[in-house]
Amino acid sequence: MAVSFKLNGKPVTLEVDPEMPLLWAVREFAGLTGTKFGCGMAQCGACTMHVEGQPTRSCSMAVGDVEGQSVTTIEGLSGKAATAVQAAWENIQVPQCGYCQSGQIMSAVALLEQTPKPNDEDINAAMSGNICRCATYVRIRAAIHSASDMMEG
Amino acid sequence: MPLDQNSPHDESLGASPGVSNVSRRGLLKGIVAVGGLVLAARILPPGPSVAQTAAYGAAAMPHGTVNAPSAFISIGKDGIVTIVCHRSEMGQGVRTGMPQIVADELEADWNKVRVVNATGDEEKYGNQDTDGSRSTRHFMKPMREAGAAARSMLEMTAAKRWGVEPGEVEARNHEIVHKASGRKFGYGELAEEAASLEVPANDELRLKTPDQFRYIGKGLPLADGFDISVGKAKYGFDTWMEGMKYAVVARPPVFGGKVVSVDDSEALKIPGVEKIVRIEGTPAPAKFQPLGGVAVIASNTWAAMKGRDALKITWDDGPHKSYDSEAFRQQMLETARKPAKVVRDDGDAETELGKAAKKIEAEYYLPHLAQAPMEPPAATTRIVDGKCEVWSCVQAPQVTRTDIAEKLGMKLEDVTVHVTLLGGGFGRKSKPDFAIESAILSKEMGGAPVKLLWTREDDIRHGYYHTVSAERIDAGLDANGKVTAWRHRSVAPTITSIFMPDTKHQGAFELGMGLVDVPFDIPNLRCENGEAEAHARIGWFRSVSNIPHAFAIQSFVAELAAAAGKDQKDFLLELLGPPRVAELKSLDTLWNYGESTKVYPVDVGRLRHVVELVADKAGWGRQVPKGHGLGIAAHRSFVTYVATVVETAVAEDGTLTIPRVDVAIDCGNVVNPERIRAQVEGACIMGLSLALSSEISFKDGRVVQGNYDDYLVARIDQAPREINVHIVPSNWDLAPGGVGEPGVPPFAPALTNAIFAATGKRIRTLPIGDQLKA
Ligand code: FES
Ligand code: FES
Repeated sequence: MAVSFKLNGKPVTLEVDPEMPLLWAVREFAGLTGTKFGCGMAQCGACTMHVEGQPTRSCSMAVGDVEGQSVTTIEGLSGKAATAVQAAWENIQVPQCGYCQSGQIMSAVALLEQTPKPNDEDINAAMSGNICRCATYVRIRAAIHSASDMMEG
Repeated sequence: MPLDQNSPHDESLGASPGVSNVSRRGLLKGIVAVGGLVLAARILPPGPSVAQTAAYGAAAMPHGTVNAPSAFISIGKDGIVTIVCHRSEMGQGVRTGMPQIVADELEADWNKVRVVNATGDEEKYGNQDTDGSRSTRHFMKPMREAGAAARSMLEMTAAKRWGVEPGEVEARNHEIVHKASGRKFGYGELAEEAASLEVPANDELRLKTPDQFRYIGKGLPLADGFDISVGKAKYGFDTWMEGMKYAVVARPPVFGGKVVSVDDSEALKIPGVEKIVRIEGTPAPAKFQPLGGVAVIASNTWAAMKGRDALKITWDDGPHKSYDSEAFRQQMLETARKPAKVVRDDGDAETELGKAAKKIEAEYYLPHLAQAPMEPPAATTRIVDGKCEVWSCVQAPQVTRTDIAEKLGMKLEDVTVHVTLLGGGFGRKSKPDFAIESAILSKEMGGAPVKLLWTREDDIRHGYYHTVSAERIDAGLDANGKVTAWRHRSVAPTITSIFMPDTKHQGAFELGMGLVDVPFDIPNLRCENGEAEAHARIGWFRSVSNIPHAFAIQSFVAELAAAAGKDQKDFLLELLGPPRVAELKSLDTLWNYGESTKVYPVDVGRLRHVVELVADKAGWGRQVPKGHGLGIAAHRSFVTYVATVVETAVAEDGTLTIPRVDVAIDCGNVVNPERIRAQVEGACIMGLSLALSSEISFKDGRVVQGNYDDYLVARIDQAPREINVHIVPSNWDLAPGGVGEPGVPPFAPALTNAIFAATGKRIRTLPIGDQLKA
């Protein structure tokens, strides 16, 4: 069985069971390990990718469901919001262990693409699906505000 | 090794050994880079006496410390300095902090510094157990010495080339400069020749004075920050190699259980499933060994997981099948109501309690917890030509190596353990049971690389849990509200039970985490430790027994203050008494985190200072809006002093938010203030998780929870909006304290004390759950 979709802008065809979660297909068959496993049940956000621009928990979506669609992972992130977020993450030194951070960044970029000037409640709504056990939350919030300012400036 | 306190390593490795150049003897070719500065430790005849070395906690750790520049530093001809980090990076910033120390003394240009992780090899690097908040504490000095030795060799080389006295030259930012003429050599030009010099002896080293530091004390950015932000950072989960197999294991649902029979016919039909392997369980003691069970090895993770779901296994649940958290809690509370083993006894608490004008008592309960690092345990092993290589997110690579060598019947030198980044550890990954599983499975597959992954359910249900505790304190007050007697009974299964299953008392290292070292100025003070059996694997969890001890003590102080009608902070200071070194004289042994009380006394003045500092910064006593409250707590742990003020707001419906947290920390001296802040922020929120919602409970011997949907940890909407960390400035007359853990213990009591101030409701059982809704 094979599934074809666009991964980080390039067409790919993966020889996988279409029922396999997108997360494992991308990590083990496309070889991109920047997207992480944390729970396998859409509870933690570590596996967040963008599917057609929407933040998606790739552990809970079958790869067959993205047939023909466009998928972006942390490795393929680009654009104004992404640049701002990655710069803010570095300035504010958000990460600790870093394991959750690709998911955090994917969620933050999606938030800023849709809501360039988020308030704290917008941030809570967009980011509370992403657990950080190192608990970098105070900095995540600050970095999102900072990225938002950068995008304006 | 975590239980080092029970088996002090008494070889004379503790004091920094002298260092000497062995590259001329050709022993260490190509240690990291080729053609660079390559130096090694001179093995000295037995050095200081054991009595002397025992003064330093690092000396008691297996393999002590090493300060040999050759082990940690190499300089290429291009001037690139490669620094080896021998401790595991799990978010605490050690891959930034350790190199920062070395590079500073080396007077290196940070932009020309690279960091690589050591494999497990304690003979070469010294102790590598990344736990106990001791990387900086134990290795600040040896790392400074290593950097200074290499700097001095570069200076001597340049001086020789110019034909001048070494005193005429000076290292400045990756160059050696001849001060009079301004002539310069880059480090890369000198490295090879420098490597042929004798390594200066320790007493010849010229360490920098603190005013000369260029990196120590600065918030340098994370070594791996960029890689993390673009998804390139590699964790235990991310290892990949040609021909790799993927495995998951079905483990006994009850600790100590066994496989009776397995029907794997359906599992083997799943496409991709290649082999089913029985892993032997480990008869008690559990130690760091696998729990046993049935492994499914497949061509991809998904197939392995589906294969595991399809297994039909009959289990014998074994001796712990009726472990029930609710019943156990009642049992522990009963125990805490009766006299028990006395572990500290100042004055005569019993008599004074009987005479007190007012008696107050309280019972506290804290459940088991799981560390639940975001990256569950993972390891990849391959065995080629009699050599076993492991890549894993382990906190203790040498222990991993030793255990795997023993399990596979191989020689230690044939086992190499590569340490990946750890996606969090918090104590879980100091136990290499998962890495041993991967080694067993690789062997079963003829040495093919096998990546063994734990799912979140595996992590929550088969862990090494934080203990469960009942704490009871009785106090007597005189007519003026002064505390005259204090009796604290602590009941909790001990970590020692994973080595000695019948142990029912807390070890010295657990009692010493905030119970018997309570530094209160109370003449009649007694601590007792009741018996508790372990029915699960008990393990280290960030800040360990300090959590229950500090929660009980710091809650109770606030309860007493309320009863005496006094301000919580003032009352806390009154109990601490005047600034002094607390003598704790009635104790036989005070664990003191493995450190000498001469180097690390229990300094009440420092504890008072953080209380006063945080109160000042947080505006203690300020008017807060209706429904808000301020709470305070202070605790010394890992030889660091922390005080925390929490402002909470409790809405009518019981919903709790935290507008602001202030923390003062005195960790002696500061390497990277940004990492200290980050660790304290994270510690507060880990404290918040355990205060608010986290609980592992057992029913019929099985863990009730399974994933983040029922093992609840704090999310961004629950996190404090503001955490202000106030770091007491470095005092270089003091030895460094720990940083990773000490922020956790005071948080929960500061929060529940704030809840009391806001609502009048006293929380004595964690997690808070829906207690505020009632
Ligand atoms: S792994 Fe997908 S949400 Fe946790
Ligand atoms: S940085 Fe470690 S889990 Fe978020």
